[in-house]
Amino acid sequence: MVEAHSTGNGVAAPKDARNSRAITGICDRFGNDPHRMLDILRAVQDRFRWISPTAMETIAEATGLTRIAVEGVASFYSFLSLEPKGAITIRLCDDIVDRFAGLDDVVKSFEDELGIKLGTTSVDGRFSLEYTPCIGMCDQAPAAMINDIVVTRLTKEKARSIARALQSEARPQDLISPQFDALSPYERVTMAVDSNIKHAGEVLLGPVPRDAGLEKASVLQPEQIVAEVEASGLRGCGGAGFTTGAKWRLAAAEADTDRFVFCNADEGEPGTFKDRVLLTERADLLIEGMTIAARAVGASEGLIYLRGEYVYLQEHLESVLTERRTRGVLGTDIMGKAGFDFDIRVQMGAGAYICGEEGALISSCEGLPGEPKTRPPYPVNRGYLGHPTVVNNVETFCHAARILDRGDEWFHAIGTKGSHGTKLFSVSGDCLNPGVYELPYGLSVAELLRMVSGEDAAAVLVGGPSGTMISRDSFQRKLTFDDLATGGAIIVFSGKRNILEIVEYYMSFFVHESCGYCTPCRVGNVFLQKAIQKFRKGNADSSDIDYLRDLSATIIETSRCGLGVTSPNPILSTLENFPLVYSAVSKKSEDGMKATFDIQSAIEEARGIAKRRSYIFDRDYGK
Amino acid sequence: MSDTGFTFTIDGLPVQAKPGQTIMEAADDAGVYIPRLCDHEGLRHQGGCRVCTVKASGRSVAACTQPATPDLVVENESEHINSMRRDLVEMLFHEGNHLCPICEASGNCELQAMAYRLDMTQPTKFPYLEPCRALDASHPDIALDTNRCISCGRCIRASQDVDGKGIFGYVGRGIHRRVAVNGVDLAHTDAAVTDDAISADVCPVGCIIRKRVGFSKPIGSREFDDGLIGQKIESKRK
Repeated sequence: MVEAHSTGNGVAAPKDARNSRAITGICDRFGNDPHRMLDILRAVQDRFRWISPTAMETIAEATGLTRIAVEGVASFYSFLSLEPKGAITIRLCDDIVDRFAGLDDVVKSFEDELGIKLGTTSVDGRFSLEYTPCIGMCDQAPAAMINDIVVTRLTKEKARSIARALQSEARPQDLISPQFDALSPYERVTMAVDSNIKHAGEVLLGPVPRDAGLEKASVLQPEQIVAEVEASGLRGCGGAGFTTGAKWRLAAAEADTDRFVFCNADEGEPGTFKDRVLLTERADLLIEGMTIAARAVGASEGLIYLRGEYVYLQEHLESVLTERRTRGVLGTDIMGKAGFDFDIRVQMGAGAYICGEEGALISSCEGLPGEPKTRPPYPVNRGYLGHPTVVNNVETFCHAARILDRGDEWFHAIGTKGSHGTKLFSVSGDCLNPGVYELPYGLSVAELLRMVSGEDAAAVLVGGPSGTMISRDSFQRKLTFDDLATGGAIIVFSGKRNILEIVEYYMSFFVHESCGYCTPCRVGNVFLQKAIQKFRKGNADSSDIDYLRDLSATIIETSRCGLGVTSPNPILSTLENFPLVYSAVSKKSEDGMKATFDIQSAIEEARGIAKRRSYIFDRDYGK
Repeated sequence: MSDTGFTFTIDGLPVQAKPGQTIMEAADDAGVYIPRLCDHEGLRHQGGCRVCTVKASGRSVAACTQPATPDLVVENESEHINSMRRDLVEMLFHEGNHLCPICEASGNCELQAMAYRLDMTQPTKFPYLEPCRALDASHPDIALDTNRCISCGRCIRASQDVDGKGIFGYVGRGIHRRVAVNGVDLAHTDAAVTDDAISADVCPVGCIIRKRVGFSKPIGSREFDDGLIGQKIESKRK
């Protein structure tokens, strides 16, 4: 174990005291504020590589919480660990796109070179090797996080040389560039990760004049800003599609002195990475949009909730925030207008997909486990610490800034009825040109596939696993809110991919990411995953198809938040659009018995204990 | 909002409600029972077990947390709703290790009673997860067998809000989320057998066990041996 427990033997005591001082120092740095629990735990994790029982006690004491409350948070987030991790933790993205791009070879290289198995930590405490769900790099898969650094386009050779470099004392950042320390924050980001902009549209990724929207907003009344955003037809770009102007209006109408504007930069939907590109290339525009929203609703504090996987972007965002404060477009008296005060803090997440749900995001910012909140009340009425809170996606804020500059009519004229403006699509999988495409709403999937050179697609997953998997006969469907709504993920699968393998992976993802608060999502998704495994093993019969449908219906209807409401989608949309995939592997039971019970795997353990084979069930017994 | 009451219906029956009441609170007052497991009188509503799911004007919601509103049309005891509830109760059975014949709570157990009420009389379709959870018998007066825990969190809220202690809390995420204690084991917390959180009422199953009083009331004369769960509330109906 890396950190000694207090043993009373006198040897560990000075180190214990030093560690304890370091932890109280960290708590002090965050004002001993229990609402900053995630920051405190992240800092302790970074420093000690785990959250030890004594650390939890020290933190509890400093923040006035119970130890179990601290443990509740520490045990919720994937990037916090209750066991010692290696000084260098390698997290390989195990998304299905990475798997299809050669993840197995990469794993093997790391295992061979580091001499440890996946999921373990080396005895000397130097390395941990583990899987993590989608890190937002599907366009350059396979990818991995090495501590706070991201490496992409891994091959077995590249993985081998990375492992060797790390073993010969290279720092993770040296993998990006030998001159890493001399680079600007923006250079550090872009040298590690390609933005991969394949098509720039006229709203976001084309030329954008600096702060033009904010200039116009600063002379408008808050009500006029809301009216303009409302008239533009802008809808939330995170996936749910709530009208942005209406959200702002509701928050502005609340009688409260404190209001908050939060940016949801927790894009965790597997296959989505468009916010990564905006945070890299349009950070100014995002903050401009948030500042406009703050003026519209009367907020003076804002927060960017950045997913833990994007920690490599944190420094870049901080530098843009600092630069904007210096320029007088953030902070107090923005644009010289007395009383126009608004500032933003970056809140790091720590590996929890559920925190993209706005209530869970707010819980996380409050220092709690990332569990969705009971609705009503809605965040616009009573959100962060009980105050009205606007939570919008990165892309939504960027659009809002552009709308203020160019006008609502300009934006409204782009796209189709009910789906106005452009949308960023994160395209990955089996196509020649993966990357980010900014396109007006209303294109068909077939048109998009031509642009990305993915015409061979047999299946396209629109909107990630919580979206819809469509087959060739549906490629004429349109990418709009009314037809195929999407937060932006487009994952292309060619005919050589196994649909059930894809479905099983996504169900395992939802099982991993369910917060566990409500029964149907916590337990039901495990049952769905097991049922898909049954199909893959060839043990299913046609009644299992009804079972999948019925169980999915219960989960959808009784779950507490959007995760459970959408988690059966990989199954339901493939049952609908790829029925043969299921019927081909479900057998008709000849003896009327269900194949649910697999006697062979049931007696496997007994064979091991008895050290012999079964007289009844092993046909070759005694031969 | 005005202070005057209003009316809505549950399965066609008019129910009076006061502003700020949830559907379940109003239903309880009116003597209409809505099945529930994680909700408990005197504790904050959690909305976690989802057994109280009802259809309110077409939308499925948790009755324990959803505010009642004038003219709401609530569907409670329909075949569709009860079949979903049965699924949820079966999920809870299959998630843990619930062996009624050997459980001290049998007859007083709300999970078991709910299964009877919802007519869970046939072999279930779900796989058993058969978790392996350690027994905590460290405390002189109390034992915890979390194999029987259904994560309702009633002990957590009772300890925090009624006892002002915080002995219990949730740890972990997803299927690994579980109730744990504020110390290495229960003996290292300030739990007392007199705590509200430890009382027979709070734990709906046989997870929190008070030592030396087991089977003092014989099977056959236990709470739900008299009738279905919910009967007390339903007997209020005029």
